[in-house]
Amino acid sequence: MKKDIILAGVGGQGILSIAAVIGYAALEQGMFLKQSEVHGMSQRGGDVISNLRISHEPIASDLIPFGQADIILAVEPLESLRYLPYLSRHGWLISSSVPLKNIPDYPEIEEVLDAIMGIPNHLLMDADTMAKEAGSVKAANMVVLGAATPYLGMEYNLIEDAVRFLFGKKGEKVLEMNLLALRAGHAFALGQVKS
Amino acid sequence: MQKLLMLGDEAIAQGALDAGLSGIYAYPGTPSTEITEFVQKSSYAREHGIHSAWSANEKTAMEAALGMSYAGKRAMACMKHVGLNVAADPFINSAITGANGGLIVVAADDPSMHSSQNEQDSRFFGKFALIPILEPSNQQEAYDMVRYGFDFSEKYSVPVLLRITTRLAHSRAGVVRGEMKPQNEFHLPSDLRQFVLLPVIAKKRYKRLLGNHAHFIRESDESPFNTYIDGKDKSMGILVCGLGYNYLMENYPGGEVPYPVLKIGQYPLPKKMVQKLADECDEILVVEDGYPMVEELLKGYLGTGLKIKGRLDGTIPCDGELNPNILALALGMEDTFGFPVPDLVVGRPPKLCDGCPHIDSYHALNEALSTLPKGRVFSDIGCYTLGALKPYEAINSCVDMGASITMAKGAADAGMVPSVAVIGDSTFTHSGMTGLLDAVTEKSPITVLILDNATTAMTGGQDSAASGKLVEICKGLGVEEEHIRVMRPLRKYHAENVQAIKEELVYPGVSVIVPTRECIVSVDKRMREKFKNKQTEA
Repeated sequence: MKKDIILAGVGGQGILSIAAVIGYAALEQGMFLKQSEVHGMSQRGGDVISNLRISHEPIASDLIPFGQADIILAVEPLESLRYLPYLSRHGWLISSSVPLKNIPDYPEIEEVLDAIMGIPNHLLMDADTMAKEAGSVKAANMVVLGAATPYLGMEYNLIEDAVRFLFGKKGEKVLEMNLLALRAGHAFALGQVKS
Repeated sequence: MQKLLMLGDEAIAQGALDAGLSGIYAYPGTPSTEITEFVQKSSYAREHGIHSAWSANEKTAMEAALGMSYAGKRAMACMKHVGLNVAADPFINSAITGANGGLIVVAADDPSMHSSQNEQDSRFFGKFALIPILEPSNQQEAYDMVRYGFDFSEKYSVPVLLRITTRLAHSRAGVVRGEMKPQNEFHLPSDLRQFVLLPVIAKKRYKRLLGNHAHFIRESDESPFNTYIDGKDKSMGILVCGLGYNYLMENYPGGEVPYPVLKIGQYPLPKKMVQKLADECDEILVVEDGYPMVEELLKGYLGTGLKIKGRLDGTIPCDGELNPNILALALGMEDTFGFPVPDLVVGRPPKLCDGCPHIDSYHALNEALSTLPKGRVFSDIGCYTLGALKPYEAINSCVDMGASITMAKGAADAGMVPSVAVIGDSTFTHSGMTGLLDAVTEKSPITVLILDNATTAMTGGQDSAASGKLVEICKGLGVEEEHIRVMRPLRKYHAENVQAIKEELVYPGVSVIVPTRECIVSVDKRMREKFKNKQTEA
């Protein structure tokens, strides 16, 4: 099994936490992993991308080739479109529908969402509302991660275990909130598959 | 042994700790910062007294590392590529003095300029200094090379350059650690004049370095990091350096390349291996994540010898970081592509954070300068460089650490009065102080704003050597006390701040204004820590 995942968002949205969860679950499976991140200046409210590759076979490149990503996982809709050249023809674009407007020329949100809906395989969700219901809007990253779990090629429980391991240190409350957010995203994705 | 998930930077730090490091010296710079931070956070390093505090700049870091090597201990100096420009003087001369305890210099290059002002290739510095270079292709090699590099450095009494790029520095992969070595005992060089580069001694030392070159080439031919992998199709051979190897292999999922491949991780180039590749193949594709250094060497200026393909003939683009698609095209394979980016996607550049003190400083400066013709503000390297962008458009230069003050002086010499410099607190102690002394000596009519946010913000909030000392430093350099003004960059003081800047702009000598307010990100971090501690106590 091999999955190439582009994680996208804006600095501060918790992209690297998503990477850490999937990465931990993959390592627990004895998989190989390469994960390229952005540090430095871009973290000041700019666009942030991470290339996450997990596989049972050794991985060569730290960067995913164009047209080969199985999933683009985005916490912000405009950012989900920025890396479309990476998405495989059969790949999934999974994104929050809630815009983060920290630039003056942010396009019309309807047009952004239309562009996402033009991609054959897509999942769009109001991650902020779902995260709020789970306890805090800060957990929006866990909602989109939850929605991606059916497409990660590993059992859902492994992802929950990874969240438990990584957020357990931050206290019961924080862990519970993140688990609820993850489950909400997961349930949403399953509901979409059935309908 | 268990695999650890590590950034390339972290693998280097761990490799150094396991190899008996006694001190790491550095100034923060993306993408090299995390090497030193890893050692700073290591409880092992703390317990064993391993030095890891930040240096004022890369030159002082390099010199301190050389001093530690003189004393027989293993030392490492880490910097981003442009930092090696700052450290070039001691770096080049350290090749002549040689090392005593193992000495590794890490230069982290930034092809594609993710966070830098150029994409210079530090391998040229290694070649220039005539010292061996190690260039890892993955995190495990980065770890292994540090251990190998320290041994090599001590074997030949020569510093070793470890060259990495952003992609390796900031990418995670599994690393298996080796055995831990104890630190070296304190011991001085057997020749106490070895480090005295008087011409009479330097000449001898230089001959020794030149004499070792043949050994370095032999070591490269025998190195575990240089590998010749045979292939059936001799119509082309591929010489691939560092990370380029991963992008090559990405295009051969089975792992079998039809052409002979020479994988390079150690320089000078292994002569026998290169000769073999040249003898057996009709042409050579050279793949380097950086400038075409090896390509130029093999091709020769007139290009009349071997047929060489690479960046110079356009097989690979002249600039920017490599990736698997660039390699696919260079290998004559079909390019892959997903979906086009819709036209509506606009850029999202980084910007000053909400509540950042620089915002208030720039608003005040812009207003104070509003009656004067535009184009008189020289700035520097830091978060405040973002003041060049909308909505501030407040600065007109960003060149190298410290250049704001000296460029303002030069422009003032040319008759542009007033000339303004905007520099951060950490950049000022890195390389601004000497320039300010020049201005004071000549009583140049410049106004210098030292934005004191009490941290080295852009690289993630490292300690700033300037904290709480700026006024005293400026006084010490000879700036007149009545022309050193400290202000609070807050909206409620806007009018008086504008007034103060205006007053100093008309003073025909050196004025220093110090807008002082802590970086909003570091305030936030501090508050969260405090809150966390309170909770644990409760």
